[in-house]
Amino acid sequence: MKIPACRLADLPRGEALRLDIDPPVSVFHTDDGELFAIDDTCTHQDASLADGWLEGCEVECPLHASKFDLRTGAVDAPPAKLPVRTHEVVVEDGVIHVRVSTDAPNLPPCVASRLAGGSA
Amino acid sequence: MRTVAVVGASLAGLSAARSLRKQGYDGRLVVIGDELHRPYDRPPLSKEFLAGTLAEADLALEAHDEDLGAEWLLGARAAGLDRTDRAVRLADGREVRVDGLVIATGAAARRLPGADGLAGVHVLRTLDDARALRDELARGGRLVVIGGGFIGAEVASTAYALGLDVTVVEVAPTPLAGPLGETMGGIVSGLHADHGVRLLCGVGVKGLGGERRVDAVLLEDGRSVPADIVVVGVGARPCVEWLEGSGVELDNGVKCGADGRTGLAGVVAVGDCANWYDPRAGAHRRVEHWTGARERPDAAVATLLAGGAVRPGVPRPPYFWSDQYGVRIQFAGHAAGADSVTVEEGVVDERNVLAVYRRAGDPVAVLGMNQPRSFMRWRKQLAAATS
Repeated sequence: MKIPACRLADLPRGEALRLDIDPPVSVFHTDDGELFAIDDTCTHQDASLADGWLEGCEVECPLHASKFDLRTGAVDAPPAKLPVRTHEVVVEDGVIHVRVSTDAPNLPPCVASRLAGGSA
Repeated sequence: MRTVAVVGASLAGLSAARSLRKQGYDGRLVVIGDELHRPYDRPPLSKEFLAGTLAEADLALEAHDEDLGAEWLLGARAAGLDRTDRAVRLADGREVRVDGLVIATGAAARRLPGADGLAGVHVLRTLDDARALRDELARGGRLVVIGGGFIGAEVASTAYALGLDVTVVEVAPTPLAGPLGETMGGIVSGLHADHGVRLLCGVGVKGLGGERRVDAVLLEDGRSVPADIVVVGVGARPCVEWLEGSGVELDNGVKCGADGRTGLAGVVAVGDCANWYDPRAGAHRRVEHWTGARERPDAAVATLLAGGAVRPGVPRPPYFWSDQYGVRIQFAGHAAGADSVTVEEGVVDERNVLAVYRRAGDPVAVLGMNQPRSFMRWRKQLAAATS
């Protein structure tokens, strides 16, 4: 599934854009001009990584400071234990698109139970 | 160094053990913890875990495949430090001889004098505390929270969501005035009234009523507040009694330099028990925040491994968060010393604000309520301005 995100010109370097799909995905434009897309929800607890601290190819969760590598989704710093999914980014005619991964997402327990109809 | 012991097996202790391995220490590593549990995350204990939406397994701080090559002595309380023999003495009589020592014994919940032995009275610090409180809250009833600080407010919020009748009693005129200042403390603690939770301020607690089980909280002004369950959230004291007479200087916890070093060579302290020198404030500050326990061990371990021969950096401004009544509260910096607070974004009545604290015009702290993105921007700015 390929989803248009926004015009490249509308996402300045150092900024992130959250796509409100389910589960949400975020596109990051690094200070070096690279584009990455990962799942927006931290795998530790419910927080939006688009609101996080972007530095180099790493984003720090705004809530508990877990760090994820934007290139691989790997955890660079705890408390998160599971990686976020990464998604392919393509720019066509000046528009950023995200090809959403078909892997199972690693959602945090509270969000996972809510999606499963739990009482969170 | 052939043996390093980390005393304390919570976030600060685990982070120190991880830092040791990450920074290349490959000798014997002993982690000593007085609780029987493997390291677990405490913040959810007053929130999701208490509400029953997060299971015990989800609290684990270690990854499934994580192996630090450490010896874990759990359920073992440190009782003394012998500086001559360089040994940690355990309460059960065992001794662990060490070359390097990381003190991470944390803090313990303060209790109410005279409340021991009365059923229905709780503190909240450990997993065992949280299990006991969760089981009681599940039965419903009237909860009185003594102390309007963050733990008290989070318990009140969780219990409110569970359908209990909740009252919060705070001795100060404004809750949270210490960490947030009067103005913002008043706004944040306004969340209680927003949800119909009674907040009684400026009144102390004289005692508790009840024979075997608590049935009321007795206030100093003569009022009596009926209670089925009482939670005492009146702060924590550093767990450093075991270090008395050891030569480690104690002053509101373990007195440390700006990188966790103590006056004893080969001994550093981290986490809630450690009173680090804060170069920004020009004073010692014991920081009881999760992020401090997570981040500061890196610096302390670097100092330990280098034999003190590294220059301490300036740590990031302290940061903490709290979740109450569905509102995400975030704070960074020091409110003490600010001469002004201004709401820069959002609307106070909607509990959706970004407030900046300044001293002589310079930002020294920032508070966000449901403003994660702006908060992060300000927090970065604050770190850049003060580093």
